[in-house]
Amino acid sequence: MSESVQGVLGEVGAWAIPLILLGIVALGMLKKVKVYELFVEGAKEGFNVGVRIIPFLVAILVAIGMFRASGALGLFVKALSPLLGWIGFPPEAIPMALIRPLSGSGALGVLSEILTTHGSESFVGRVASVMMGSTETTFYVLAVYLGSVGIRRGRHTLAACLTADAAGLIAAFVVCKLVFG
Amino acid sequence: MNIVWFALIVLAVIVGAILGNMGAVTDAALESAKTAVELAIGLIGVMALWLGLMRIAEKSGLVQMLARLLRPLLRRLFPDVPTDHPAMGSMVMNIAANMLGLGNSATALGLKAMKDLQRLNVEKDSASNSMATFLAINTSSVTIIPATVIALRVSAGSTAPSEIIGPTIVATTVSTVVGVIAAKLYQRFTKPQQPSTGESAGEVNDE
Repeated sequence: MSESVQGVLGEVGAWAIPLILLGIVALGMLKKVKVYELFVEGAKEGFNVGVRIIPFLVAILVAIGMFRASGALGLFVKALSPLLGWIGFPPEAIPMALIRPLSGSGALGVLSEILTTHGSESFVGRVASVMMGSTETTFYVLAVYLGSVGIRRGRHTLAACLTADAAGLIAAFVVCKLVFG
Repeated sequence: MNIVWFALIVLAVIVGAILGNMGAVTDAALESAKTAVELAIGLIGVMALWLGLMRIAEKSGLVQMLARLLRPLLRRLFPDVPTDHPAMGSMVMNIAANMLGLGNSATALGLKAMKDLQRLNVEKDSASNSMATFLAINTSSVTIIPATVIALRVSAGSTAPSEIIGPTIVATTVSTVVGVIAAKLYQRFTKPQQPSTGESAGEVNDE
């Protein structure tokens, strides 16, 4: 089972990009557009975009890095845990739920710790795995995406994204409860 | 964003001082700054690759074709974006790359989508309704195969590392649907955008 899945994953990864690349260039040739010139012209902007997101990446990663290293993230998790535990959330998965939107590497750390201590076939291990796979590092994405086009006010963006995260985390718990019992 | 950012830093310094973790906080700040630049530099090549390919795709009509195919759905999600606008194409490509788990490529296409959406934005320093909806879809991450999680489970000695694929798809679908509904709902309670004046419309405002 594990080998076949890894095989499929490897195949998807190995085929997707070359096929998309070939498809786009072939269609361009078919439509008689100047594929090489267009590619180079478009690619030129790559550098600017990469450089433009640096300040926003620095801002958000430094703040979150400091927050984590100071121990404040740990306190934050401790403070909110009773609230989530109250609705029947498995207590070990709570750090996962709270860290996920802030820090991708932090969440991966929590997940691997849960998998090692409780086992990957434990209920907590499954819930945490589904949580990791079904949500994103929201703060990071918003900082980079909005920052890249010079937007300072996100209006209702953060609220909408965090609502989606909360729904994803609760759904992860409920679905695991139904599927794995 | 201002308040969130300020809160993170203030809390880090206060808690770091109380718990005596100031050394770690200093290291984290400097180390994170370095990581940020490495991340951005690492993205430049992939960014260039996809921006180049997308230029070909746009000129040969592929992007418009994709957008036309998904028109009924896209028109409801992004009523402010004309159906034949490049933004539709790059948003579709970003969501597809996310689904396939193509990490950096998805980011490159997502940033292109933001740039295209910014051209339609009436108030250049605030997020448009379409941007909010797009980001809600993006951050609720419509993944088909959570590759990193499966790899981690394999290395933790799991006998059924892929058993979480089904539940993950269900959970991610729920979060995406809720995200779209939330974005549409909250936009009614948010102050509408004011058209900005004096700025050249169309170009990204880069200070």
